Amino acid sequence: MDKTKIAIIGGGPAGLAAALAAYKQGIEDIIIFEREGILGGILNQCIHNGFGLHTFKEELTGPEYAHRYIEEISKTSIQVFLDTMVIDITTDRIVYAISPTKGFIQVQADAVILAMGCRERPRGALNIPGFRPAGIYSAGTAQRYVNMEGFMPGKEVVILGSGDIGLIMARRMTLEGAHVKMVCEILPYSGGLKRNIVQCLDDFNIPLKLSHTITKIHGKFRVEGVTVQHVDAQRNPIPGSEEFVSCDTVLLSVGLIPENELSRKAGVLIHPVTQGPRVNHRFETSIPGVFACGNVLHVHDLVDWVSEEAVHTGNAAATFVKGLVEDAKKVSILTQEGIRYTVPQSFSPSQMEKFLTVRFRVNEVYRDYYLNVYVNNERVLHQKKRILAPGEMETVLLLKQWFVDKESIDAVSISLSKE
Amino acid sequence: MFDVLIIGGGVIGCSVANQLSQYQLKVGVIERSSDVCELTSKANSGIVHSGVDAKVGSKKAYFNLLGNKMMASFCKQYGVPFHQNGSLILCFSESDYPRLEILYRQGLENGVQGLRLLSKEEVLQLEPNLNPNLFAALHAPTGGIVDPFKLTLMQAEVAKTNGVEFFLNTTLLHLAKKDHYYQLETNLGVFQSKTVVNCAGIYADYWNNQVSNRKLSITPRKGEYCLFDKQVGNLVKHTVFQLPNEFGKGVVVTPTAEGNLLIGPTAYDIEDKEDIATTKEGIAYVVQKAKESIKEVPMSFVITAFAGLRATEKGGDFIIGEAEDSAGFFNAAGIESPGLTAAPAIGIHLANLISEKLKAPKKSNYIDHNNGIVDFDKASNEEKKALIDQNHEYGQIVCRCELITLAQIKEAIHRPLGATTLDAIKRRTRAGSGRCQGGFCAPRIVEILSKELKKDPREIAKFGDKSTFLIGLDKELE
Repeated sequence: MDKTKIAIIGGGPAGLAAALAAYKQGIEDIIIFEREGILGGILNQCIHNGFGLHTFKEELTGPEYAHRYIEEISKTSIQVFLDTMVIDITTDRIVYAISPTKGFIQVQADAVILAMGCRERPRGALNIPGFRPAGIYSAGTAQRYVNMEGFMPGKEVVILGSGDIGLIMARRMTLEGAHVKMVCEILPYSGGLKRNIVQCLDDFNIPLKLSHTITKIHGKFRVEGVTVQHVDAQRNPIPGSEEFVSCDTVLLSVGLIPENELSRKAGVLIHPVTQGPRVNHRFETSIPGVFACGNVLHVHDLVDWVSEEAVHTGNAAATFVKGLVEDAKKVSILTQEGIRYTVPQSFSPSQMEKFLTVRFRVNEVYRDYYLNVYVNNERVLHQKKRILAPGEMETVLLLKQWFVDKESIDAVSISLSKE
Repeated sequence: MFDVLIIGGGVIGCSVANQLSQYQLKVGVIERSSDVCELTSKANSGIVHSGVDAKVGSKKAYFNLLGNKMMASFCKQYGVPFHQNGSLILCFSESDYPRLEILYRQGLENGVQGLRLLSKEEVLQLEPNLNPNLFAALHAPTGGIVDPFKLTLMQAEVAKTNGVEFFLNTTLLHLAKKDHYYQLETNLGVFQSKTVVNCAGIYADYWNNQVSNRKLSITPRKGEYCLFDKQVGNLVKHTVFQLPNEFGKGVVVTPTAEGNLLIGPTAYDIEDKEDIATTKEGIAYVVQKAKESIKEVPMSFVITAFAGLRATEKGGDFIIGEAEDSAGFFNAAGIESPGLTAAPAIGIHLANLISEKLKAPKKSNYIDHNNGIVDFDKASNEEKKALIDQNHEYGQIVCRCELITLAQIKEAIHRPLGATTLDAIKRRTRAGSGRCQGGFCAPRIVEILSKELKKDPREIAKFGDKSTFLIGLDKELE
């Protein structure tokens, strides 16, 4: 069986940054498995700008952002297997993959980094009643048609869900000549980035209908229209508020799901909220030597944070491969009032560097709330936040100094409070 | 002049076509959709019924039992996925128990083998995820699950290979009995045939009534379903029924032959024979009823919902055979549940009647089986390796969720009666039927179809000409 030090599953932004980081730590024997014919992952179809403001202090398009990494990788000994689909990973880190050129591949890896990204939630998951005609696309599928294949999937468009891809596609479809009639969001707030609402909807006079959803799809062969309805606070459609909107296309931007089928096969424990692997501060999953980063771990809104997380993961995998990881006591990071999840979910205070970056999302929109961190029931952080929204990933730094003098650390928790 | 024209390319029409194709006859199938298996045959439970609940002495009971007994070997012969997983009929209270006993005795009378009444404890041991509120169950080990698409398609392919002509996108407009033959006017021309087989599903009453005075009346009875991710495909092992009611067998919770979990159907009569839309109320009903059978309905794993129409004839039974007052006109009408189970047996029965009437000898070069399409996902690692070594396109994944390769997609296009639409590819290979519902593979399959069929991508449809995906090129719109 072939062997490698680190097998990286996925050649998108997470896989690329993790590979480079591990390489810089002296691991030269790395394989990236990429199912597409090119590296870059979803960035290749994200031809809008706004990428890299944090990483490169520049505003790049998706393909440009990916290219920075791809170019660097081409100068290394990192092997890239393109058109290669990993079909199985075992608990003892054997990777099975297939490719039209390399055939059936079996590789024993010292460490595995999961970087498979995420996929879009389909219509079926929403149970929108009606016929099943052509003309219903997830926003990302439409993005691929328009940006990579050069085809328009429709001309009269209603978008359901105000996730970032939906917002971006409202602008793209408009620029390519379609009429985007509205974006419906079932929640009273958008799950997308504020800047996308301004730049993709407001600037093009596309109405964002909050607390509205599609309750029926009309048209047997091709979409002919949708019924849009106002919803109450419990998200139930309000009778009498039905409005028929004619359109030939419905784009869905209703959530992303980390793609963890392979992780599950390997036996990795999945977090019920993030839908990604449970990880510690080294981004190591429940299986030693199997790491995860990027959207397979939790859905990000900025690629810059994916890259940053992936660098940590690549470094940690390199440390693991070198055999330098020591056992240490693990402490769980508990999510309390207002906090939906954190990544990582646990860490070892004794192995901390100066600080640990913890990313989290909140449950709803909070204005003028305080972010709290408790260590052993002692509040160590009380920080005012002007606005917190589920659509924006937040960060809190856990400082080494909070933990050094403590005899034992039983619990660390993060919460929001009004006071 | 045809010897036999079959109206309708559903599972019944294709079963009849398959069986007739062993005779020296000129046989045609008229189908209004762009593929066979486009209506009732594609939207049903995919269950091979044991036959316990069919009325004793009815045609439903006769063909159900016949179909059930032959299904395993038949599916093997035609490359159709089938599992004899057994079925359970649950009863939830002591007061309902007598009805379960009646069903048990009826099953025995119908000749169903292996029936057993199980106590609550015995049932929960078999199926720990069932609702512990249940009281008892009837276990029918001969129940099974089958891939309804493949049961239709694989037979259609064999028929086609043996010379049956398929006229797709062909809508029958007018049917008339002439001296010694029938005249069928369609949107694509006029056909003449010595005999006609009426397998028109929900429209079978209309065509029967054009030539026979023994009038039929078929009401579409809608069935809505929810399909779940394979991750929860093993929630139950058996097909789990509830006690039947006046509208049929009630809501079922079952694994599918392909490994998903399926719940449904509703059963209510509608007027519009074209209405296959799902409804909010229908799906809510299915979920609520399923909750009675299983502890928890895994709603976060729903991948799609769909609806189909049963052809419910007012007499309540199958109508099978030659019309008494219209020689040469054969009916397979009112084929609702257990129609899928009965289909192969109905095919054989009608082919026997017709070949005898036409005194047709058998062919010497008849091909009697179908090896099916390679299932890469289910192949072992060694088999996968061998497949890729033999054709490198088995190494190119097109549908990630179901692990369907380029080689399989191309095969689906180039087989007899090859796929021309995305839905047709899906029924043949499962590409697009997984958890992302074609979000990833649809653009690729559009491209492959357009290349292989030498068509513009804008002409490629989901199903039928009117359901195209792409409106134009970028910046081309007004």
